[in-house]
Amino acid sequence: MTTATALRDTATLTGRVLRHWRRRPVSIALGLMFPVLMVLMFGYLFGGAMAVPDGRYLDFLIPGMLAMTMLFGLEALVVSITADTAKGVTDRVRAMPVTTGAVLASRSAADLLNAVVGLGVMVATGLLVGWTAQRGVLPALAALGLLVWLRFAFTWIGTYLGLLLKTPESAVAVQVLVWPVGFLSSAFVSPATMPDWLGLVATWNPLSATATAIRELFGNPAWHDGGWAARHSVALALLWPAVLTAVFLPLAVRQYRALGR
Amino acid sequence: MAYGDTAIEAVDVRKRYRGKVALDGFDLTVEAGTVCGLLGPNGAGKTTAVRILTTLLRPDGGRVRVAGRDVLADPRAVRYRIGLVGQDTSVDEVLSGRQNLVLFGKLCHLPTAAARRRADELLERFELTGAADRSVAGYSGGMRRRLDLATSLILSPPVLFLDEPTTGLDPRTRIDVWACVKSLVGDGTTVLLTTQYLEEADQLADRIAVIDAGRVVAEGTPDELKAKVGPDRVETVTRKPTLDEVFLHLTGHRPTTEPS
Repeated sequence: MTTATALRDTATLTGRVLRHWRRRPVSIALGLMFPVLMVLMFGYLFGGAMAVPDGRYLDFLIPGMLAMTMLFGLEALVVSITADTAKGVTDRVRAMPVTTGAVLASRSAADLLNAVVGLGVMVATGLLVGWTAQRGVLPALAALGLLVWLRFAFTWIGTYLGLLLKTPESAVAVQVLVWPVGFLSSAFVSPATMPDWLGLVATWNPLSATATAIRELFGNPAWHDGGWAARHSVALALLWPAVLTAVFLPLAVRQYRALGR
Repeated sequence: MAYGDTAIEAVDVRKRYRGKVALDGFDLTVEAGTVCGLLGPNGAGKTTAVRILTTLLRPDGGRVRVAGRDVLADPRAVRYRIGLVGQDTSVDEVLSGRQNLVLFGKLCHLPTAAARRRADELLERFELTGAADRSVAGYSGGMRRRLDLATSLILSPPVLFLDEPTTGLDPRTRIDVWACVKSLVGDGTTVLLTTQYLEEADQLADRIAVIDAGRVVAEGTPDELKAKVGPDRVETVTRKPTLDEVFLHLTGHRPTTEPS
């Protein structure tokens, strides 16, 4: 088994997921439109009631929604992995000479491609509603890099959960749980506006670290309490995904191997 | 693999699965180029045995060799030499039949052009050319089964495992699958098939192994098994026992015949 074979397997399996998109354009389009709808809802329906101290609510919201979009990919990944197990595709692949690494890496790679498309749609939406990156191209690219880095960590949580849960029905639980995790962050409002203990959880949510860090890199309104987590948001946005990956990547590999026990 | 070689050899295989003893000293030898029917009721351990022989499940103990390779020591080599058709269709429902065959061909490490050629051949052989570019989601049960079989034959594996290949199929499709198995055996493929249908084992298998409670309780040609029960069990000496009766005699209970 050479590295070249492993890479080709990864490319083959990633290509499979991309072919799924071509055959299911409507569900892909709906998945991409969902965060756009949320921008419109929060920006225009609730946005009037939101007072951001140092700027427009929409300029605070867009980076938050970019971070949220990274989280929303999780359930599609979990559903797709459980569907493979339920349909016997996982076992067929396991009975073939394909490495564990290629099976898992292709999931992450395909999901990252999905995330990049999702980011493109959301950035375009942001620009259409008047949001801009104020600090130039390089910090903006760094911000996008932090978002993809967060999604990379989430792909391993999703892969682990997908292998753990096994049936598409139980994956619905992930769809429900994504919401409190997403809202209990600084994506939509400052944690300073929340009751103390909730604010504390929201401040340390990995999603908040990335949202706050990219607000800084985009030069958008920060609306935070100036606490330690907020001041070190870029470091946290680098560190959190590293920690999550270090925990969930080995768990995903272990769970895949456990299919043979 | 030459005729007379051993294609499948399992010795004293043990497996506890989800807290229950699934295999309890399972022994099986299948000569190359023959069809072995693994016959037993639901829960006897048929699927566990197939999953261990096809590298999907690790046994707790025992020795297993398939196609001349050790399943535990060298699962990858085994995977290049086997095909597996599970109880349920296991193809990608979103992709087309052709895309499935090319995908799995590439995962068997055929070069892309060869994978495409092989896909064309198999589509033709399994009469799927007309539906080749349609999504599998729209295929009938019989078409899915044929695609499933085709996918398992991409590398022309010397050993093929069929786990209840006709459970839940209509009679016509069942006969199609039987014809396919017979033609494969004509090409020298070794086949292990599990079944709850005694008629199926009688039709296809050179030898039958009866499995009950995780071990093989009897093994032989269909006629040998019928002879084991003995004519004294039936009213007239001329009437041979049916396989149903053989089963009852060997296991103490009637086989389950409803699809699982």
